[in-house]
Amino acid sequence: MASTERTRQEVSPAATAAEADAAPARQEYRKNSPLSRPNPFWGIVAWVVGLLFAVPALWMVLTSFHSEVDAATNPPSLFAPLTLDGYRSFFSNANAWPSLINSATASVVSTVVVLVLAIPAAYALSIRPIKKWSDVLFFLLSTRFLPIVAAVLPLYLFAIWSGAIDQIGLLIILYTAMNLPIAVWMMRSFLAEVPVEMLEAAQLDGAGLIRTLRSVVAPVAMPGIAATALICFIFSWQELLLARSLTAVVAGTAPVFLTSFVTSQGLFLAQVSAAATIVSLPVLIAGFAAQDKLVQGLSLGAVK
Amino acid sequence: MSASETTAEQRTVLQDPAPQQQRTASRKAGWTRRAPLLPALVFVIIVTQLPFVSTIVISFMSWEALRPNERGFAGFGNYAEVFSDAELRSSVITTVILTVVVVGVSLLLGLAIALLLDRTFLGRGIVRTLMIAPFLIVPVAAALLWKHAMLNPSYGFINGVLTWVWSLFGSDNPPQVAWLTQFPLASIEVALIWQWTPFMMLILLAGLQSRPGEAFEAAKVDGASAVQAFRYITLPHLRRYIELGATLGAIFIVQNFDYVFTMTSGALGTANLPYTIYQTFFVRQDYGLAAAQGVIVVIGTIIVATFALRSVSSLLKEDS
Repeated sequence: MASTERTRQEVSPAATAAEADAAPARQEYRKNSPLSRPNPFWGIVAWVVGLLFAVPALWMVLTSFHSEVDAATNPPSLFAPLTLDGYRSFFSNANAWPSLINSATASVVSTVVVLVLAIPAAYALSIRPIKKWSDVLFFLLSTRFLPIVAAVLPLYLFAIWSGAIDQIGLLIILYTAMNLPIAVWMMRSFLAEVPVEMLEAAQLDGAGLIRTLRSVVAPVAMPGIAATALICFIFSWQELLLARSLTAVVAGTAPVFLTSFVTSQGLFLAQVSAAATIVSLPVLIAGFAAQDKLVQGLSLGAVK
Repeated sequence: MSASETTAEQRTVLQDPAPQQQRTASRKAGWTRRAPLLPALVFVIIVTQLPFVSTIVISFMSWEALRPNERGFAGFGNYAEVFSDAELRSSVITTVILTVVVVGVSLLLGLAIALLLDRTFLGRGIVRTLMIAPFLIVPVAAALLWKHAMLNPSYGFINGVLTWVWSLFGSDNPPQVAWLTQFPLASIEVALIWQWTPFMMLILLAGLQSRPGEAFEAAKVDGASAVQAFRYITLPHLRRYIELGATLGAIFIVQNFDYVFTMTSGALGTANLPYTIYQTFFVRQDYGLAAAQGVIVVIGTIIVATFALRSVSSLLKEDS
């Protein structure tokens, strides 16, 4: 990066033209940040890298709209006619809708339960902190770090013994426990932003815990609550190991349904692309909706 | 969590003349404070800790589903088997290689891309959005996408592009690689790096944007070059963010099951520990051995997680 000046001399004419357009912006930027002068070359590199990373995902979406014959050509047929056949054959599978509904049930219900449990807990760890609140926080986090695979065996034996095997209720409980530590961490960092004066005012007016949470904390923390919900939803929606081990025909989720394509042979590429696109769509929507808070959530509130 | 500590502290603060009455009152106040936390804490303890305790108990038993009459105490027998099993040792090595390569490469790529996105250029928001997309594809779907649509030897996208590029130069004999059979572990690594680079990029970009501006002004005044500024200002500032990304990434990749299961089903030396445990449990149905393997993985994770917790807490301290 030391040789930015020299590199600029070597780039293509197109880049030089783009640079001319960007000139006023550069002037302004230079004042703020003396060492990183904007250089259209690096902008182009960023675009190329961004597109390269998006190519597999874009290819998946494009293939899902191709016919099976066009999807399986070599070299790839980029401009083949578009069709909804892939989606039709996905939804004509008897297990497709039930698995999506199971995933939606498990993710939405567990996310609601997580929020109901996490918001009061985060309150007790940030706004009116108990003694040793950070020990509790780190204990919660350590439970999330333990590998799920080590718990699958006793969970499976318990599920067989209790009759909870292949029931969506079991997944809801497990997903709640899986996401609760992360939700408490996230909510704690969002609740820490609630101004203390507002809480004191509510206290003086004689508001109880529930009322304080509802009328004072919730409005300020609402964007944080939404981001927490979206991230918990994403984690539950994606989960495979527990769902694969503890469900079968009745409560199988969308990721479990996708595993039926693992050993597929023959012409199925458009169908598997359509399936992958549909199953990923809720996560893409939730992720882009939570984009601004994504880092804070994924880093457990440690990074703002 | 101890009630007596709360009382002790509040007593010194309040200097109440009636200690007995005050102690009861503040104990009650302590529990009122703790009450909102308890449902979540009890729930997590029951659902996450009980299975692990059971795993430890089962790991000392000889218990195979196919031989229900031979259930009994096994001592350290399962652990001895864990450490003497060559297949299992190789799955430990696979796990380490997979984790180190994926975390290392996605951190380096993530850092380079974060540095690119830290600059102003036309369409920066769009590029950022494009970059996040891989992280938002459901892992099983992403693994299927790589297995079938990208890496398939006869109609996969990558071999297709090779055919196309070679045909540009008039060759009808392009290299066609059977990626998943010739480079099974590398294929899984590429797919995982594709998915995890955005995660590293997001954390490091947040780190770059929280960098204090004055240090740069000072470096400029002192005549520092861009490389020197990066080496002596940016990198030390980013250290905590790099640690955080590395440890969080490592925790998730060590546990990775979806990719190995989907892309290779553990064949050709790609079976990592989670996949091997799953196999021991579901296919071999040796519950005692699977539990012992699980305990070993937990111990390994605790070692990694200790570093993770340390870097999270150092960022928290800096924050407050």
